[in-house]
Amino acid sequence: MLEHIELFFKSIFIDNMVFAVFLGMCSYLAVSKKVATAVGLGAAVIFVLAVTVPLNWLLDQYLLRDGALAWLGSEYADYNLSFLSFILFIATIATMVQLVEIVVEKFSPSLYNSLGIFLPLIAVNCAILGGSLFMQSRDIQTLGLAFNYGVSSGIGWFLAILAIAAIREKIRYSNVPPPLRGLGITFIITGLMGIGFQSFGGMLTGGDDGAAAEEEQRMDYDKVSEIEKKDSEKEDIDEKEISYNDAINN
Amino acid sequence: MALLTKKDTNLITDPLADNNPITIQVLGICSALAITAELKASIVMAVAVIFVLGVGNVVISLMRNIIPSKIRIIVQLIVVATLVIVVDQVLKAFAYELSKTLSVFVGLIITNCIIMGRFEAFALGNGPWRSFLDGIGNALGYGVILVIVGFFRELLGSGTLLGYKVLGDPIAKTGLYATGYENNGFMIIPPAALIVVGIIIWVQRSRNTALIEDH
Repeated sequence: MLEHIELFFKSIFIDNMVFAVFLGMCSYLAVSKKVATAVGLGAAVIFVLAVTVPLNWLLDQYLLRDGALAWLGSEYADYNLSFLSFILFIATIATMVQLVEIVVEKFSPSLYNSLGIFLPLIAVNCAILGGSLFMQSRDIQTLGLAFNYGVSSGIGWFLAILAIAAIREKIRYSNVPPPLRGLGITFIITGLMGIGFQSFGGMLTGGDDGAAAEEEQRMDYDKVSEIEKKDSEKEDIDEKEISYNDAINN
Repeated sequence: MALLTKKDTNLITDPLADNNPITIQVLGICSALAITAELKASIVMAVAVIFVLGVGNVVISLMRNIIPSKIRIIVQLIVVATLVIVVDQVLKAFAYELSKTLSVFVGLIITNCIIMGRFEAFALGNGPWRSFLDGIGNALGYGVILVIVGFFRELLGSGTLLGYKVLGDPIAKTGLYATGYENNGFMIIPPAALIVVGIIIWVQRSRNTALIEDH
């Protein structure tokens, strides 16, 4: 249970898809002009990640990794097909995206219209393939953890696009230097938000030693309150702090 | 006939400045930022993208009349994925350390929006030679930004370029460090890449005011 909680918070805050590894930046920048569309795309990303990461975990475990084919018989035990993972992962993802597209078109035509061209582009959203590749390179152990990883990194992406969309809606009324308007200022804001998220890096470093862990926690609290002072995106931080407290209680 | 007509030359030069894939078309940012903490990784990434986009554009352009339009995305993905596997295997064989540094970002060339964007926008409607030039041009435009970002981040963040200590030794306090200069650790962390790109956009749009957006 503990490892699930740890992975959950780690993927949302510390290894945030957007702020720590810059995945899915294309759609993050293109679809973040309005909160409503951002929510739709974010939800689609969570869903697709939640489906594709466990699927690709199964593929990786039983088909691709070194010795994965052992279940076929001992003569296959030393096969290593991991060079095929790119092509298999992307094929799984493309199929799943097609499926999501059909489902959304059927059940929510308004969402389908507002997402427009970006729904098929989820297939080439780096966050999706990145989720599967990180799952592979970080050696995630069980199917449950893989599912958890998919969902939580999706939530991290969702939070990021929601926050930037809200900021962009407000920044329309600010006097930004003309050459920075639009893309430029969005980059810089994302950078600043990324710096804020870096502070979560100390969140999960507590060890088994009680005193040391307490010390760590106190430091983390300081960090959190520090950001709170500095950062203007209050609501976002509040959410994080609540979930952080939950993590401690658990 | 000249090898490159005026129109062909434009295919290469346009993406380098006024139609740059990163700063104007907003494509391919995903993989552009995470690996730019060192100049070497940026250069390797740029070369890999130039190869994949140049060859991929030619392949797609040759097949453009036989790809059914309904499944073209899958076909395109398979073509890119194959080329990326080639790049990945070559890197693993000849530059193992580097391929560890780039880690999953080599694989993420597959989902680099520049590649799909150029396939869709250009290779599906043009001949192989023009598609090749377009691919090279756009990949170069991408590479230029990568190299600029990598250059500043490595120079200001670690005081080195391609691993050489160009500013002197920070521990022995030689060169610039003797005057009290210190490396800026901020440039090493990932968010710095975003801010550097933001500044590049700022500079570019100040020089060419036609590119300014209203919001």
